[in-house]
Amino acid sequence: MVTFQFVPYQDIERLSSVKRVNKLLKIVKDERIVIMEGRLRKEEETDLIEITMEEISPQFKGIELSVVYPDKDKQDAMQKLKGAFANVLLGNRQGMTIIGPATVVKKIQQNPNKIELFTNESKTSKRYRGKKRKK
Amino acid sequence: MKEFFTKLLSKLKFNPFSRKSHIKLGLYGPPNGGKSTLANRICQDWLGEEMSSVSHIAHETREVNIKDKISIKNSKGKELTFSLVDTPGIATKIDYEDFIKRGMKKTIAKKRAKEATKGVIDSIKWLDDMDSVVVVLDSTKDPYSQVNITIIGNLQARDIPVLICANKVDLKKSNIDVIKNAFPQYGVIGISAKYGKNVEDFYEQLFKIK
Repeated sequence: MVTFQFVPYQDIERLSSVKRVNKLLKIVKDERIVIMEGRLRKEEETDLIEITMEEISPQFKGIELSVVYPDKDKQDAMQKLKGAFANVLLGNRQGMTIIGPATVVKKIQQNPNKIELFTNESKTSKRYRGKKRKK
Repeated sequence: MKEFFTKLLSKLKFNPFSRKSHIKLGLYGPPNGGKSTLANRICQDWLGEEMSSVSHIAHETREVNIKDKISIKNSKGKELTFSLVDTPGIATKIDYEDFIKRGMKKTIAKKRAKEATKGVIDSIKWLDDMDSVVVVLDSTKDPYSQVNITIIGNLQARDIPVLICANKVDLKKSNIDVIKNAFPQYGVIGISAKYGKNVEDFYEQLFKIK
C-alpha cells in the first residue's frame, strides 16, 4: 500500500525554512508520499537535498522529488499579474510539490503535461498518472 | 552594501567589482553526466594533463576538485583564464546497494555511499562561490528531472551565468532538442567530452558566459 499525505500551504506558511524542510522530511521518513500545495523556495529545495543527504542511512535512502508549476511563458500578462498578486497576498500556493521516500518511489517522471509516479512496492512497478494543473 | 552596489552597477553595465583575479567556472549536474570527462578534456587540451578519475559507476567524483589558472584562447586570440571546479554529481537519493549491484563489496559500497552524500552537500555549498557554471547533462537521458530543474533554478536565483552542455552526442540515443526545449532560456551546446566532438564551439561559448 502507498500512503499519500496532503500538506496544505497554510501548514508550512509560517515556518522557517529549516522547519519546513524538516516537517516534510519527517513525513517522508515515515514512508508516506507528500503532496504539498505550492512549492518550496529555490534555496529551500537545495536545503531539502542537503538535509536529505545528511540523513541518509541504510534505512533511509533518500527522496524522489518533483515540482509541478504553471509555465509562466505560456501565461498572458493578466495571468502573470494575477499570479503575482496571489503570491503577495497568499504566499506561493501555485503548483504542487511531490516528495516520496526512495524506498517507496522508484521514479517520478515529469514531462511538460503529465507526471508519472513509479513505485517500488512489490516486485512490479505500479504507475499513477495525473494531468498537470493549469492555472 | 558592496553587494547592493555590485548588483545595481551590473544592471547599468558597469561593475568595478567584477575584476576578479580568480574566475571560478563550475561543472555541475547529476551523476554520470560527464562532468569529470569534460574537466579532463579541458585540462588535456589546455594543460596537457588530466584532472579527475572517471568511471561508468555513478558518484566516482565524491570531492570537489579544483584546477587553477587554466587559460584558453578563442579563434580571435582572446584569452580567458579561470579556475575549473569539478563537482560531485547532485542527487536526491544514494543507495549503497546500487554499488553492490555494480560489483562492489559491501564495505566499499557503504563507504562510497557515505562519501557520495558528503560530496552532494559540498557541491551545493560551493554554488555560492561560482562565477559561471556549465551544467553538464547526459543528452541520452530525460532532462526533466527535478535535480536538473533545482540546480538551474538555484543558479538563476543567484544570478550566476549558465551554459548547458548536452554531453554524449556521440551516442545514438542523444537528443539535444529535448534539452533545448526543457531549458529554452539558456544556451545549449551539444558535445562529446569523451571524443572531443564540438569542443571548439564549447570553448567559444565559454567566452560568452564569462
